[in-house]
Amino acid sequence: MSLTEQPVMQPPLATCTGVGKTWQTDGAPFVALRDIDLDIARREFVVFLGPSGCGKSTLLYLMAGLEQVSEGRIVCGGAEVTAPGTDRGLVFQETSLFPWLSVGENVTFGLKMQHMPKEARRRVAQEILERVGLSEAIDKRPDQLSGGMRQRVAVGRALALKPEILLLDEPFAALDVQTRSKMQEFLTQVWQQSNVSMVFVTHDIDEAVSLADRIVVFTARPGRIKTIIPVDLPRPRETRNKAFHDLTDHLTDLMRDEVDRAFAEQERVR
Amino acid sequence: MKANLTTYLAQRGVAKAPGIAGKPRRGLARRLVPLGWGLASLACFIAVWEVCWAAGWADPLLLPPPHIFLRNFASQAQYFVPTDVIGETSSTTALRSLVMTIVATTLRVMSGLVLGFVCSVTMGVAIRYFRLLGNLTLPTITLLAPISPIAWLPVAIFLFGIGNAPAVFMVFISLFFVMTVSTISQIDNVSRTHLHVAAVMGATRAQTFRHVILPAILPSLFMVLRMNLFGAWMVVLVAEATGVGSGLGQVVMLARNTFNSSLSFFTMTLIGVTGFAFDVALRLIQRKVLFWVPNNGLGGMK
Repeated sequence: MSLTEQPVMQPPLATCTGVGKTWQTDGAPFVALRDIDLDIARREFVVFLGPSGCGKSTLLYLMAGLEQVSEGRIVCGGAEVTAPGTDRGLVFQETSLFPWLSVGENVTFGLKMQHMPKEARRRVAQEILERVGLSEAIDKRPDQLSGGMRQRVAVGRALALKPEILLLDEPFAALDVQTRSKMQEFLTQVWQQSNVSMVFVTHDIDEAVSLADRIVVFTARPGRIKTIIPVDLPRPRETRNKAFHDLTDHLTDLMRDEVDRAFAEQERVR
Repeated sequence: MKANLTTYLAQRGVAKAPGIAGKPRRGLARRLVPLGWGLASLACFIAVWEVCWAAGWADPLLLPPPHIFLRNFASQAQYFVPTDVIGETSSTTALRSLVMTIVATTLRVMSGLVLGFVCSVTMGVAIRYFRLLGNLTLPTITLLAPISPIAWLPVAIFLFGIGNAPAVFMVFISLFFVMTVSTISQIDNVSRTHLHVAAVMGATRAQTFRHVILPAILPSLFMVLRMNLFGAWMVVLVAEATGVGSGLGQVVMLARNTFNSSLSFFTMTLIGVTGFAFDVALRLIQRKVLFWVPNNGLGGMK
């Protein structure tokens, strides 16, 4: 639906221009990312796909403001990114919930930091947990939830601050296959019912095709954009048809060289 | 994976992996079994001692077995003098003076522990929060940390004379440096993900310390506190023996000076039981206050 009525030329929500990142490790420069040029539109679902160690997560952290760019600039919502901000939500791979807080308190942690009073926070927690289908869990402790439920809470926690863009760093990588596909459906729904742009990092091709409007394919280190593949399959996405398979085959071919290169590099390091 | 395992264990209500601990037990049986083994262990120890006595290997004057040193309760208890006068026997009832002696020692340990815990955690957090303070104090603290608390005893007496203060000070000092260093290392090991979450959620530096770092480090610090508890008990006895003039340490010293082996073992029993009760109490507090720590039996007896 959004594809057909997409307005002609809306300015992008986030822009990366000539972004590079170089780490200094024991004096030797380690180039993680180079020459990244990328626009992310409002309400767009972008997936970063690449072999492990290609710097796709690094780009996500740069966009979040947790790391600083070495070259180029990142602009989000009209302002240059230099530090973390509540306009950009971040969801991590590992369990990132605070074990000492209840599920409800975890969801509204950010609002507490913004000094929202307790009763109001509780209402927001209820509303958010309803959206992620966990309204029963508000007073539970994180360790009483399953891995999939915990990641739903983490998504809810990021949404509670009403970000314009949600950055997700392999959020479902630690989940089993069945849970993972459920979570992809869940995330698509959350995205469709909100106004956020999504940037989703993964190395799983099926996951990328299930979720994305556009797939940004990364090269092996130093990470560059190899190509950007638009996905115009209708949602909810059916994974067992020819169009889906053609796309995953194409991406597998694209990825093969990069995976081989990444592998060769890892062997060399060892 | 580890998190999944913990969840699983929490649901099952089992403290250990089933494969290691054998069949998981439920409810009352689960509590009674360790207690039974505890009693059995103690019974074996006492039995060996008693047999040595019955066989004539253990001289009852030097190594009196439990049935001897626990027998004459009243005559033992008269040495427990709640006043600070050395060598005086008690005029109040035996049990009362005994309890008061234990309470006096316990209070010294407790004040020292609380003071030491609060001060060292505050110090450790301050060192990481104010960089200048850290640069100025941390090297000295690291230098002072390995000095045995016993070496501080003269200092305690120089500073505080005779009375409660030097004993409390000794407990405090035995804890302070270790716990400060430990606090700092815990702060450095706080999960990066949690710190990132705080940053992304717009938490200020102060908020991050209060709402993320402090709750994250408290459980392990409490563990360190428990491990240092026994050290605190040792130190307070030394302090009492030399600097205070009352308490369990003083009774031990009295037993030594009067060559009263029964009294010595009797007091050791009291110290053991009190220390054990202390540890149990701390563990209960830990479970209630720091509920988010998986109860993995680290450092505990279960």
